[in-house]
Amino acid sequence: MVISFKDGIKFIGIIIIVFCAVFVCTMFLNYQSDLVKIKQLITTNEEIIFYNAQLSTSKVVCGASGGCLAATSVVMLIFYIKHYIDTHRVHLGILKALGYSDIKIAKHFWVFGLSVLVGAVAGYALAFAIMPVFYSVQNADGVIPSVTLRFHFPVFIYLVILPTLIFSAFAILYALIKLRQPALSMIRETSYCTVKAKKSRENKNTERSFLRELKISNLKNKKALVFFIVFSAFCFSAMVQMSVGLRDYSGTMMVVIVMLIGFILAFTTLFLSVSAVINGNVKTIAMMRVFGYSDKECRSSLLNVYRPMALIGFIIGTLYQYGLLKIMIEIVFKDVSDLAVYKFDYIAMILTFAVFAVAYELTVYLFSLRIKNLTVKEIMI
Amino acid sequence: MIEVKGIKKIYGKGENLNEVLKGVSLTVEDGSFSVILGASGSGKSTLLNVMSGLESPSDGQVCYDGTDISCYNEKQLTEFRKTKVGFIFQQYYLLPNLTVDKNVKMGADLAGNKNYVEIIEAVGLGEKRNKYPSVLSGGEQQRVAIARALAKKPEVLFLDEPTGALDEKTGRNILDYILKLQKQLDFTMVMVTHNQNIAQTANTVFKMNSGLIEKIYTNKNVKSAYDIEW
Repeated sequence: MVISFKDGIKFIGIIIIVFCAVFVCTMFLNYQSDLVKIKQLITTNEEIIFYNAQLSTSKVVCGASGGCLAATSVVMLIFYIKHYIDTHRVHLGILKALGYSDIKIAKHFWVFGLSVLVGAVAGYALAFAIMPVFYSVQNADGVIPSVTLRFHFPVFIYLVILPTLIFSAFAILYALIKLRQPALSMIRETSYCTVKAKKSRENKNTERSFLRELKISNLKNKKALVFFIVFSAFCFSAMVQMSVGLRDYSGTMMVVIVMLIGFILAFTTLFLSVSAVINGNVKTIAMMRVFGYSDKECRSSLLNVYRPMALIGFIIGTLYQYGLLKIMIEIVFKDVSDLAVYKFDYIAMILTFAVFAVAYELTVYLFSLRIKNLTVKEIMI
Repeated sequence: MIEVKGIKKIYGKGENLNEVLKGVSLTVEDGSFSVILGASGSGKSTLLNVMSGLESPSDGQVCYDGTDISCYNEKQLTEFRKTKVGFIFQQYYLLPNLTVDKNVKMGADLAGNKNYVEIIEAVGLGEKRNKYPSVLSGGEQQRVAIARALAKKPEVLFLDEPTGALDEKTGRNILDYILKLQKQLDFTMVMVTHNQNIAQTANTVFKMNSGLIEKIYTNKNVKSAYDIEW
């Protein structure tokens, strides 16, 4: 009635992020579960140190990547639900006007959890497909007895079933909160010029130009997009630099996995954010063009405003990966001998920044071409 | 002076081909108020879009003081719209996250107009400068749209059914505002409407039917917004 199954599985951003989270967590959680089964076989001091280091690595990786990605998925889910309700305001308002209760409408939002299910199943399946190789790499050191790959049903429950149920319940709850407004205001608020009433205030910034005001307004009103832009830069910066930093402490497989996840997350979120900026401002862009603002001015006020946010995300990512690796190597692996001393890699940072800057500007430029292709007639539709 | 010569506008191809304008010619004098009158689907809004440089014609010419804008590229049309024309639409299209003041500034900045507050006051919204569009009535929102269009000091103002979404009383008030401002500021005004009564307030009426000008007439007795039936 309200949302179809098709709606529920098309949230590609959630699918990809959940996929990455479940993929990494499945590998390390399953490995950890298998690792504890050989605990009684660990006897020598060297084995105990190595065993503890492996166990701690698994916990850190699961906690850091899983926790971070789960939090991002929640923000993304909120973003999607809010966007869905905003774009279907009339329909939802009419349903309410016809007598459907908030809970009856909100119940249908459970299908948003399907995106989580799709991502989780795909991540879990791929992790299991790769795990034989992962285990053989982990066993290659031969310091501790070989760990055998087993299927752990609780891991499946924790990483596939529970997230789906939790996200579905969360989607219903959030939709319920968002739907708590009069039906009439929902129907009326479909008009382009009406938005949620804001407290009018004395404007002390009348000297600001319209374009500057629009930039500030975009930053203030699109906080979720700001988050995603920051997150995108953060992912790229942290994951790519971390993968380079790990080269002396981990196998090539781990380096490649971390780097790939960094790329996928960064570009997924960047793609979604920029695309949402354009889609959410179609009418503004069209109106600006009707009035005679150039493509460059439209691009500048709507897209370039996020550049400093990307830079902030990159800096946070750099600090985060440095802190995480430092903690991991100096605390977790403190007893492991012959370990290379960890130092901040300036060259890796500069190269990562250069690649990110080029990729970011290119993505924004490609999307900005859509501004050019928007016909002013679109505002009349 | 605006001269429209043999304008055609065709959308689609093959079986979906739709000739909306079939060779329209007309002349609009400087400082005059002209109405393009017609039923839904007659092509009046498309003609307004072509005349104002929002769309390029498939054939024909649109000349402003002898300069043909029909062959302009997008960049030239943008510059043309920036310097020459203003728009008011039926649905207002205000920017929802900006106050009245900032919405009007959207037009004022293009013309470097620092005295745009006077226009906000002229349309009776001086007290509501810092309000957001969502807390304004339909009539007030349309007045913001008028102020925004006039703040850029256009030579020609194009209006597409500006009172179409308003009730009679508000519609009359808005029309009255527009007519008074046109006389006061002496700009050329072209309005699209399907309402024959509103056409009585214009100097010249171009009546359209099926993509062609069916009739052109001038009103000897131009009426005010409060003297017409609604």
